[in-house]
This record gives sequence, C-alpha cells and structure tokens, in this order.
Amino acid sequence: MSRNQTTAGAVMALALVLAACSGGASEESPQTITLMAHDSFAGGVTSATFASFTQETGVEVKVIAAGDAGLLVNQAILTKDNPLADVLFGVDDTFLSRALDEEIFLIHKAKDINRVAPGLVDRKHRVTPIDFGDVCINYDKSWFESTKLVVPDDLDDLRANLYASHLTVEHPATSSPGLAFVLATIYEFGEEGWLDYWADLREAGVNVATDWNSAYYGDFSRYGGQSSMVVSYASSPPAEVIFAAEPTDTAPTGVIEAGCYRQVEYAGILAGTDYPEVAAKLVDFMLSVEFQERIPLAWFVFPANQDAELPQEFVDYAIVPEDPARFSASHIAENRDRWINEWIVVMEG
Amino acid sequence: MLGVDTIDVTLGDAPVLKGTSLNVADGEIVAVLGPSGSGKTTLLRAVAGLLEIQSGDITWDGQSIIGVPSHLRRFGLMFQGYALFPHMDVGGNVAFGLKMAGHDNIVEEVAKALVWVDLGGFESRPIDSLSGGEKQRVALARTLAPQPRLVMLDEPLGALDRNLRQRLILDTRRVLDERGVTAVIVTHDRDEASALADRLAIMREGSIVQTGRVNEILANPADEWVAEFLN
Amino acid sequence: MGRIRWGWVAVAALPAVFIGYFFIYPVARILGLGLAELNIGASGLDARLLRIAGFTLWQATLSTILTLLAAAPLTWAVSTYEFRGRRLATALITVPFVLPTVVVGTAFVSLGFGDSIWAILAAHVFFNTAVVVRTVSTLWSRIDPHLEEAARVLGATSWEVFRRVTLPLLKPAVAAAASIVFLFTFTSFGVVLILGGFEYATLEVEIYRQAVTLFDLPLAAALAIVQLVGVTGALYAYSRYQERKAVTWTLERTSNRRAPSGAARALVALSVLATIGALSIPLLALVTRSFSGEFYRRLFESDPVVGRPISAVGNSLLFAFIAMGIATVVGVMAAAVITGRRGSLSRWFDLTLMLPLGTSAVTIGFGFIVALGWPVDLRASLWLIPIAHALVAVPFVVRSTLPTLRSIPAETREAASVLGASPSRVWREIDLPIVSRAALVGAAFAFVVSLGEFGATSFVARPNTQTIPTMIFRLLGRPGETSFGMAMAMAVVLAVLTAGIVMWIDRAQVGDIGRF
Repeated sequence: MSRNQTTAGAVMALALVLAACSGGASEESPQTITLMAHDSFAGGVTSATFASFTQETGVEVKVIAAGDAGLLVNQAILTKDNPLADVLFGVDDTFLSRALDEEIFLIHKAKDINRVAPGLVDRKHRVTPIDFGDVCINYDKSWFESTKLVVPDDLDDLRANLYASHLTVEHPATSSPGLAFVLATIYEFGEEGWLDYWADLREAGVNVATDWNSAYYGDFSRYGGQSSMVVSYASSPPAEVIFAAEPTDTAPTGVIEAGCYRQVEYAGILAGTDYPEVAAKLVDFMLSVEFQERIPLAWFVFPANQDAELPQEFVDYAIVPEDPARFSASHIAENRDRWINEWIVVMEG
Repeated sequence: MLGVDTIDVTLGDAPVLKGTSLNVADGEIVAVLGPSGSGKTTLLRAVAGLLEIQSGDITWDGQSIIGVPSHLRRFGLMFQGYALFPHMDVGGNVAFGLKMAGHDNIVEEVAKALVWVDLGGFESRPIDSLSGGEKQRVALARTLAPQPRLVMLDEPLGALDRNLRQRLILDTRRVLDERGVTAVIVTHDRDEASALADRLAIMREGSIVQTGRVNEILANPADEWVAEFLN
Repeated sequence: MGRIRWGWVAVAALPAVFIGYFFIYPVARILGLGLAELNIGASGLDARLLRIAGFTLWQATLSTILTLLAAAPLTWAVSTYEFRGRRLATALITVPFVLPTVVVGTAFVSLGFGDSIWAILAAHVFFNTAVVVRTVSTLWSRIDPHLEEAARVLGATSWEVFRRVTLPLLKPAVAAAASIVFLFTFTSFGVVLILGGFEYATLEVEIYRQAVTLFDLPLAAALAIVQLVGVTGALYAYSRYQERKAVTWTLERTSNRRAPSGAARALVALSVLATIGALSIPLLALVTRSFSGEFYRRLFESDPVVGRPISAVGNSLLFAFIAMGIATVVGVMAAAVITGRRGSLSRWFDLTLMLPLGTSAVTIGFGFIVALGWPVDLRASLWLIPIAHALVAVPFVVRSTLPTLRSIPAETREAASVLGASPSRVWREIDLPIVSRAALVGAAFAFVVSLGEFGATSFVARPNTQTIPTMIFRLLGRPGETSFGMAMAMAVVLAVLTAGIVMWIDRAQVGDIGRF
C-alpha cells in the first residue's frame, strides 16, 4: 500500500512537471513566426513594435532573446538542423563570416534594399542590413570646460599623457565597442602602426574596462569615474538628453568625430524555417520605413533605410561621422583572433 | 567547603531562586530534594557559574567566587541528559577535562577513571553505541576524572529504568565514597536522595526549606508541606 | 527488504529524472558534439590554459577560506544570541547574493576597486557571506547548550569550547557551506571579468571566450571537462568527508538563542555592525545614486523603450516561486534518498545533484539548446527559466536539509516503525516535520537564487519577458542619467524585495516550531 502510494506520488509529480512543460512550450503554427535576437534588441520590443505587421499578415511575432551577439550566432549555428526561430536579427560584421560560412541563412532580396546605402548591403543577399551605429570616443563636456583643455580632434592627439590617462577603452575580447575601437585604430594606422599606437596609449596610462557598462557608468567622469573620455557610441549624446534627470536642451557629452568605427547589424532568414515566405515578409517589414523610424529611439542606432526620418533629438544631438572606419566581414574573420592576441600582448604582456 | 548565601536568581522575568542558602562541608554529600520546577537545577548552574545571580554570595572556603568564570572554578557538573560530546569517543569525553587542566598522563588517568565506573577498556567506543546505563557511567567518569573540588550531579539516574537505577545508585555512591569527594546531588526521588547523600536539603519554590539527615527530617518536618512531600 | 527498496526507487525517480533530463543529458550532448571534433595536437592546451586552471583553483580556495572567516563573527552572533534586529541582519546579508554582478561590479569600479585580485576576492566574500551565515547558523542555533556548558565546567575557556566542541559539531554545516561557496567561486564569471579584467581569466571565462568569441567549440568542450573533473574531484572528497564525519546527535527542537549580556552584548553589536557595515559600502553607493532624481516614480511610468520597468517585479516573483517549488520538492526528495541509503550509489547521486552549481553556464545553456528539442520542444519555452533556476537551487535545498536529516537518530525512525508506521509514513511523521525548517532555509535560498539569477537566463532562449535583473541590465545598457538612476532604483527594489521575502520566510520557520 505504502509503496504504491509513494510510486504513484512520484509519477504524478513527474507527469505534472512534464505536462506543465509541454503546456508552456510554443505551439508552432503559421499564426506565429519566431524572431531570435540579442538581448538588447529583445529588451526594446514593445507590443507596438510588430503590431502593423500582425495587422497586415495576421501573423504574430514571437521574440526570443538569445544573449549577446556572439551567443546569438553560436546558438543559431548549433541549432542549424532544428532551428529555434525563423528569422535571426542582430548579427554584425564581427560575427557575420562565421554565420555565412555555416550557411545558416536563406537568400532573400528585401523589398526596400535599394534604399540602403550600397556600402552596407551584402551583395549575395544572404543577410539584410537593418541598422548601423558608429563607435566613437565620447567626452565629458564639463570636465573639458573646467580644465580649459582642448578636446582632441584625432587619434594621434590621444597619445599625449594628458589625454590617454583620461581615456577608458573596453577590452576587445569581451566587448563589442571595444573590438570596434581597436578596428578603428587598425584602419587608421595600418598593420604596421597600430600596435605602436597602443603601446603609446598604454605607456601614457590608458584605462581598460571589461565592458561598456563598467566603462560608461563606472569609469566615465560624468558618472563619478576618473576618465573624461570613454569609448561609446555616436548616438550616446542624444540618449543623454532624452534620459536626462532634468529636461535639458544641451547634451552633456560630445563625440570626437575622428577614429569612429561603423557597426552594421543584419537580419537573415534561418535555413531550417518552415515558413520562408512569412519570414521574408518579416525581414521586409523590418526594413520598411515604419519599422526603420522606430529604430533610433528604441535601440539608439541609425536606420539603414535612407527614407526613414530621424527623430528630432537625433537631428540635434547625434553625429554621423563622415568617413568612419569599416572592414569587410571576411577580413575581420581572417584576422580578428590574431589582432586580439597581439593587442593583449601589447596591453597586458 | 561550599557556601551559598541567600542568593536570588531571576530567569527572564521569573524569580527562580529566592534567598537560597546552602552549606556543604568538605567530603560531605548533600542531596537537594524537591519537586520539579523548584529551582534545583538552577541552583547547580548558579554554583557552576553558568548563570548570573542577582544578589547574595557563593563562596568556596570562605572566599567569594562570584565573577570567577565557570571554567576556572574547578567544579564538576554532570548534566541531566549527560551532555556527552557526540563527536568524540568515550576516551575523548573522559579525557576532555584532563586536557583542559593540562594533565600529563591523560591516557592513564582516563583508563583509571573508566575502571572506577566499571567501564575499563571502553576508550574507543563511540558514544552512540552506548546503552543508557553506560552513558551515565561515562558521564560520571568524565565529571570525576579531573578531580574537581566539588562534584554536582543533576538527576544522575533520572532517565534510567528501575533495576538499573538500584544498581547504579550503589555504584555511584561507592565511586563517590572512594574518591572522598564533596558533592551536591539534585534529585526529585526521596530514595535516591537518601541512598546517595549524607544529608538532605529540601527545596520548595526557590528556597531551601529544611536541611538535615533523612530520619531527622522525617521525624521532625519543618512544616506540613515537607511532611507531605516526603511521603 | 524488496518492499523498502521499491519505495526508495519511487522517491528517487523524480530527482533522478530531473537531473538526468535537465543536466546530464544536455551536458553530455554538447560535450559530445565538441569532443567529436577535438584534435588534441592542434588545440592550444598549453601553458596558458594550465595557468588559468591553476588560478581558478587558487582563487576559489582562497575566496572560500576568506568567506568562512568573514562570515564567522556574524554567524556566531546570530546563532548564539537573540537580539533585536537579528532577523533583519540575516535578511540584509542575503541582499548582495541576489544583486546582479553588473550592478555590484559598477559599484566596486566607481569605488575605485577595479582590476585587482583583491577586488575579485572582496567581491566573492561580499556575494557569498550569506551562504555561510545561513547554512551554518541553522545547525549552530540548535546545538544542545549543555554540551558547551559541560565543556566549560570541565575547564575549557570560551575559545576551547568553540574549538573542541562547537566547531567539530558544526563541521558538516561548515563543509556544506564551504562546498557551495567553492563551487560558486570556482565558476565565477561576471565578477572575474568586470573586476579582474582579462588577465585574471578563470576556466569559466575561458570557456566562454573559446566557445563564443573564438568559435573553438572543441577546445571549449575540453575545458568544460577539465572544469567538471575539478569540480567532481572536490565534491567527491567533500562527500566522502561528510559521510565519514556524520555524527548522529540530537538536535534541539527549537533554537537556543539567549539574550546577550555584558561583554557579549558589545561583541554581538560589533560583529553585526562590522559585517553589515562592510557589506553596505557598495550598497550605499547604489542607494545614494538611486535617490539622486525621481527615479522610483519613473519605474512606474511607461518608458518608450523598456515598457513599465516595475512590471518586471511580477515576472521575477512568478519565476522565483515556481523555481522554489521545483527545487524544494526535488531537493527534499533527493535528500531523503541520500540519507536513506548509504553507500557509493547515493554518494554519486548527491554529487551529481551538486554539479550544476559547478558547471559553466555556457555548457548548460548550449546543452539545453542542442538537447531539449525533443520530445517536446522546450527550448523556447518560458518553463526553461524556472527549471534552469531550480537546477542551480537544488544543491542549496539538499545541502541545508542533509545535515538535519542525518542527525535524526536511527532509533527515532525505528521507534515510529515499530509503532506501526510504514516507511513513507515514517518519513512523513518523523523526517518531514524535523526537516521542514531546514528545507525552508533551502527554499529561501532557491527563491533568492532565482530572483537574482542572470547568467543562466541569458543563455536560455526566452520570449520577451523581463525579470528584474534583465531589466536592470537593459537600463544599464543605454546612456543617460535616468537610465542609470532607474537601474539603481530597480536594484534597490530588488534588494528590498529580497530582504523582505527572506524575513517573511524566516518568520514562517519560527511559526512552525509549535507544530513539533
């Protein structure tokens, strides 16, 4: 009697768990299409984001957050045969090659692709550019006013002890803007000169943070830290205005226009999808003017579609550098590990 | 010689000892006899230095020992549930007090103490393998081994069955006599008290109401309550 | 005989299936996938990796020792004495445990603590003090006070009483706490990255780097195995020790805290204030910043980007309650199995249950996505969040209930059995009431583990449902005073919520006493 009771209890508990699990699992149907993206994209999705897509097509969009950009691509590759989603968004140039090598995307030429600057477009249309952002050095205006120092206007100026010792950069191995800034220095000084440049910065006392969070909110003088300059984004000043504690019409931080690196984020249809046509519609929607005009204030990057109008804050406070550094995805893929290792040797050796 | 001079002890808000006094001469065995809740255990704990007294004095050979921490009083106390250390074997338990006192021949002393209580050779036995009677005797050996100036036993046979008690009463008395110790024994059992002790102290509601030999008290009880209680 | 065995198999089934399907199977799948491509000659199992393994072991050992030492005074005070604010103090020290690493990291960096081994060790002590205080004080407060008094009367000074009686009796709980702290710090990720920079990489950091940044899955799998072997070795030694040293002794039914008097009062005050004070330094920075604007009000308003931040509280609480439920049921059943059957099988079972705590989040996360597509596709399911949390929380429930279960003397169960109770009845009537209080300690930990968990969540595919830590991360991910202030306010909300719920659970423990 007792034995049966215990057994029954255990089996029932187990059955409950499994039933509960299966009940919670998604029931894939043409009514739903799944988009996997990095955490920061998923965090900015609201009920309004895909509302008109659902209205037009009758298909709901389910968003899966899959960690940072690196984890996102890795998860897509690991689940190539049984994909987690129909569309992936958030792969950038630094991880693109890896995804393309694994052939995880279906070819699709998006409807508005001719409205995108040609430099951003993948010629084989395996992925579709959705947004871009420029990684640039930001500076704390009040610090420069109180010290009466001139804001440096190119990367060479930063070699001076006075400036380098007040600069925080992120580690290229752990931070995406960190890697972007290293790429900017390689673009600027070439294979021959970039390591010497970093050796100079190190000598002059540059500070290295692990990630953007601890650099911006830990080391930046605007938030009580020691550095008056920090590697961040060209869109950070408008964010400072929009998210100021008191309403303001001047940005407290500025952008140094030299030494910027342009990051492009792409969307792609995952090869294992059961609904390639709906997936294609979703990619088209993401490049449509309606979605594109939502991008700046939701994710603080710039729309890839040139027809999309920028919000006033971006017009007033953001800077789009004229000639940002940029490497092809394949060039980055070939050299990235070597560059990072060489950088580590110079900076930590 | 132990002197307890009109001490008051309050636990929480409740007065437990009220002007309690008791003298125990060197080599004398006194049994404190009273119903449960009369403050017997509290009296032992006060003498052992395990709790603070609010007024009165406790002396040894005329010197006040208030303020002397319990580990320096050189008194032995055998707890009601024995409080044997479960993580040590029998030998470890008996050796404990000897170690604290810095004795030289601990192994020999432990062996000797175990022989007193008829447990010779039990050194390496784990505590949880012992019977109730054996635990009582280990506890007694542990209390006696460091040769305390005063031995206090709290309901030493309380938890044991009747036959065992009869035998252990005699054994305990023999061991105490052989050592010539000064002792205070707390019990609620009249027979146990009279078998173990030279003199009785009757305790009621926190005070000692009468002391004397068993037959003296029986012959001449201080009041009706004492007469009733001893019957 | 066969009857009893069957009973145990039944009880063992749930925890065994749970750990098998949600841990062993996914981890085996991902490691298999990685190792299939491993080419030992070509991969860089070189001096650098040896150094990383050495550093990982070294810092975990040192962090564990320092945490034990730092927690000792407060553990003593809250175990031995009853004083005003005792429960508040034990709840407060639990707060660091749930704070997201990114918040604490930023606080440490802004206090000027960056980039050193000391910062890493200090942060590990900061995060883990609660584990020691709570695990050890459960046992300590219920040691028969006569044991310590007996030692005193036999001539032992306070220090000797502690060293020869109290400490040996506490060894199982101390070892349990130490094993958890060791696992946490052995697999430390965020703290090491943010406060140590890349030069202080642990195996966990290196596994992430190899798998995610450098796409070297084979090498990452090899490193994950090195990590697993290290963790298993430490756990095996621990569980052998635990079983050998387990002493049966009767715990007091209620705690034996007393009011401190005289010099003790000063020492208690000093222990409590010093510990709380030291732990508060990083917290105060956070609280100050959260009040430098109208950030709390804004948590309740709709933000165009992240929605109403405060709504994350509901999601977090829901996940935490589900995770607590799963972890408590699985953990208590597992503990029953482990105490019921001594021997190598139950030792390995115990050990396996602990492993998730010592396995890298990348390994488990990738394992989930390659393995849990069948028979039901759980990979995109919301249920994966509380399950992942429960996986990490089960060891807490097992560790906090085992010492208590083991201390129940065989006679007590035998007595019930002779009185006609079936094995399951014995468990219900004897073990369960006695263990319920310890299980509540474990449950409280399960709850806060889930409330504060971020690492595993970010590897688990999940729909757009924000929890408090992910909301904080989201707010901290964009520039602006308000973003920062709201993140700090959200962290304070998390802290207050944690302290409140822990106090509430602790109170339930006290209420339970009358039911014995």
